[in-house]
Amino acid sequence: MDETRNVAVTVNGAELRHQTDVRTTLADFLRHSLGLTGTHLGCEHGVCGACTVLIEGRSARSCLMLAVQANGMRITTVEGLGDGPERLNSLQEAFRAHHALQCGYCTPGILMSLTELLGTNPDPDEDQVRDVLSGHLCRCTGYQSIIAACLDAARVLRGEPARGSEVRA
Amino acid sequence: MSPFRPSVGASVARVEDPMLLTGRGRFIDDIAIPGTLSAAFVRSPHAHAAIGRIDVTAARALPGVHAVYTLDDLRPHLTSERTPLGQSVREIVGLASRKLREDITPFVLVRDEACYVGDPVAVVVANDRYVAEDAATLVDVDYEPLPAASDCRDALAEDAPRVHRNVASNVLTEYRIGYGDCGELFESAAHRFKVSLFQHRGCAHPIEGRGVLAQHDPLERRTTVWTSTQSPHEVRMALIQLLGVDDDELRIITPDVGGGFGAKYLIYPEEVVVPLCARMLGQPVRWVEDRRENFLTSIQERDQYWDLEIALDTEARIQGVRGTLINDQGAYTPQGINVSYNATTALPGPYMLPNYDLKIIAVETNKVPTMPVRGAGYPQGTFAMERLLDRAAAGMGIDRAEIRRRNLIPTEAMPYATPMKTRAGTPVKYDSGDFPKCQAMAMDAIDYAGFAARQREAQALGRYLGLGLANGTKGTGRGPFETGILRVGRSGRISVYTGAAPMGQSTKTMLAQIAGDQFGVSPDAIHVVAGDTAHVPMGHGAFASRQAVTAGSSVHLAAKGVREKALQIAAELLDSPLDSLEIEGGRIRVTGGSNLSIKLGDIAREATGIPGYSLPKGIEPGLEQTVNFMPAGLTYSNATHAVEVEVDISTGAVRILRYVVVSDCGQMINPMIVKGQIIGGVVHGIGNALYERMVYDENAQPVTTNFGEYLLPGVHEMPTIELIHHVSPSPLNPLGVKGVGECGVIPAAAAIISAVENALAPFDVRIDETPIFPGRIIELIAASGDAPAW
Repeated sequence: MDETRNVAVTVNGAELRHQTDVRTTLADFLRHSLGLTGTHLGCEHGVCGACTVLIEGRSARSCLMLAVQANGMRITTVEGLGDGPERLNSLQEAFRAHHALQCGYCTPGILMSLTELLGTNPDPDEDQVRDVLSGHLCRCTGYQSIIAACLDAARVLRGEPARGSEVRA
Repeated sequence: MSPFRPSVGASVARVEDPMLLTGRGRFIDDIAIPGTLSAAFVRSPHAHAAIGRIDVTAARALPGVHAVYTLDDLRPHLTSERTPLGQSVREIVGLASRKLREDITPFVLVRDEACYVGDPVAVVVANDRYVAEDAATLVDVDYEPLPAASDCRDALAEDAPRVHRNVASNVLTEYRIGYGDCGELFESAAHRFKVSLFQHRGCAHPIEGRGVLAQHDPLERRTTVWTSTQSPHEVRMALIQLLGVDDDELRIITPDVGGGFGAKYLIYPEEVVVPLCARMLGQPVRWVEDRRENFLTSIQERDQYWDLEIALDTEARIQGVRGTLINDQGAYTPQGINVSYNATTALPGPYMLPNYDLKIIAVETNKVPTMPVRGAGYPQGTFAMERLLDRAAAGMGIDRAEIRRRNLIPTEAMPYATPMKTRAGTPVKYDSGDFPKCQAMAMDAIDYAGFAARQREAQALGRYLGLGLANGTKGTGRGPFETGILRVGRSGRISVYTGAAPMGQSTKTMLAQIAGDQFGVSPDAIHVVAGDTAHVPMGHGAFASRQAVTAGSSVHLAAKGVREKALQIAAELLDSPLDSLEIEGGRIRVTGGSNLSIKLGDIAREATGIPGYSLPKGIEPGLEQTVNFMPAGLTYSNATHAVEVEVDISTGAVRILRYVVVSDCGQMINPMIVKGQIIGGVVHGIGNALYERMVYDENAQPVTTNFGEYLLPGVHEMPTIELIHHVSPSPLNPLGVKGVGECGVIPAAAAIISAVENALAPFDVRIDETPIFPGRIIELIAASGDAPAW
């Protein structure tokens, strides 16, 4: 009855493959087969957005996908942003500067969605940022600081100076 | 090197962020131990049922399944079939007019009777969660459905279905809160007004659900339990009791926790079953819930039905409040009656209330147990008082802000001993705060004075604007203590160990700031271990906005103590007077030209002593100190919320146009973190007012069990919140701080509902419930009989 497949994916630039049951979700595959636990599960029914990853550059709910559906694809997860805790990218730095995370559980999914946004739209307005964030639930922050962080990251990525940091200089 | 700048009082970056931002958090489901098995629970689909035979044969036979246990299998390893009554209840028991029954807490697993949908009946342990869930569906349970009690008012009826078949009454307990004499004064009062309020069931819903991982080490004879909890020490105490082991045989480690909001502040049956499985099977076992399980079995708060009456004199000064509260306890009582107790004792809030008499009926229902969620009863008590004040204002033709101003405790009266007594019999005392000033600041910020004109102008255009105002207080820094251990290791590393439990409120950053300042280092240099019982033998954890006051003060005092000791030892070693020394960047230096210095790590080594040589006179070995700061009493935070809304009378939709918060939480250790806490609290308040409704049908079946049906506020529901600080330092702890985790939510629903009612004033609509949905608003407008003038 049980069927398995060898699923080959490129995750954050690395070619990985792992045998998995065909019914394993992509989220579970990333987290448990590949050990990439940065992608989180908050609802497993596609509403909270915590499980969001980029597949071929486009955001997707990894809780609603099967691992086998991702075979052969390029996936970016939160572990692929920046270069480790010592070298955060501009978006991650902006999150830090604006206190855009508290418990950090919903954060990876939000970072992926905003990475997609800023990759396609270097100068979003607040409404556009809110529109992307409407696919995510956060119980801690109230979203205000996340909006500020995204707009500030956009600024920095355009070569302008960062602004409005909550952190003391 | 740039000069050291103290960080307490400054918005420094959080130490938690780099790991969390790069996906390197260690939440409960992230911890990988080879050989870990997965558990899944078989749960009752009936709200009430007798349980007969449980046939696990088919489940057990499924490939990949290691065990299927029922209570019969677990009983030999347990000292009790039920979780122990929670820590906070012992004092409350004394209040109850009838003694609390012995058998009120949840079962570890039920055997004969299931009492709510989700009550755990059996556990499956398998190679992975997929197989475990498959097997769970194969467990064959003989259920005989019994009548279920759903609405808590209906549950009071003589002929209501019994929540527990062997318990004659659904009333858990009745008790009274109050003081003074409400009888005579209500007869002769100049003005009396009544409200009947319904505050609906709601959930905590941290984005990370619950989870437990346990591993037994037979060599060490110790079981280690990782659990997504707010109270590792309570879990430990309960397990020590239930498993019949000694303190050393159990270690609880708190991983990164993705939010708690009250739902992780208790011991759950799963936290007993999983460690037991690990011990019985000799392999690590993990259970992580999914969101549906969370909807079914994580604690919720409320339903509450309040019937209240307020008496005022001719000057609109409150003379008394009296009434009844019916509080839905759910099927079991894990901790006690803290929600209703808090809600009713919080009702007076920042107002002068000379007489008070409230009868509470705590009634069981066949639904999941209720316990405090963020705000812990205070939002409900505040809602009650604020609705009474709005009703009185309308009835007496007095402005709503003015009636509040007349009744707010003036700052000159601080410290203000209210007529209420604590459980210990001492007066509830507000230590500090300027309530009238905060209200004035909020009114100013939202331009309260100009609102009437704005409202009229809008109405002329067919738009309905409303403004609401509400005041709340919160007793914070609840004792008895929280441990703070500060230790300088022989490597020179400065470490803090605490029983405090982080769940997103930046506990580690806060404590690192406090400790770092004593040693002239940045918070990044401090190593903080929180919620690990191996390092800290006692503690209480995260609830009731207490950790900045308790753990913060303990760490501050411990750090000061170690600093002084390090300086004393250095003075001896460097042969230099104390006042010539300074600590910075991990070294103690002699100031004024000399380049004599010594590293903290070397001092730590010296403090261990060298055989044959005595330590400097009067100095005890070791460069560490443990402090269990015990606050003398609660220290009171307060907030005023002022909200402007627009109501679309054709759809009932409510849009929040402006949201002003004036907040006083005493001295702020990190203003950025404080702001995050307040805004986050307002999220919950907006949810409570307009969106969050946990619905059960008449058979006590949960109806809203996913995020499509139970609505959490998303970004479009959140206005931009304008935050203004007022600082009245607490006189009750060395840092002058007050808790801030809950003041963002406490007056929120009251202010929003007041605003919506104000917007609908032309229709003479009264809103006595929370949350309120668009459909209900339309209903109320239609019932008022007034057609809109367009």
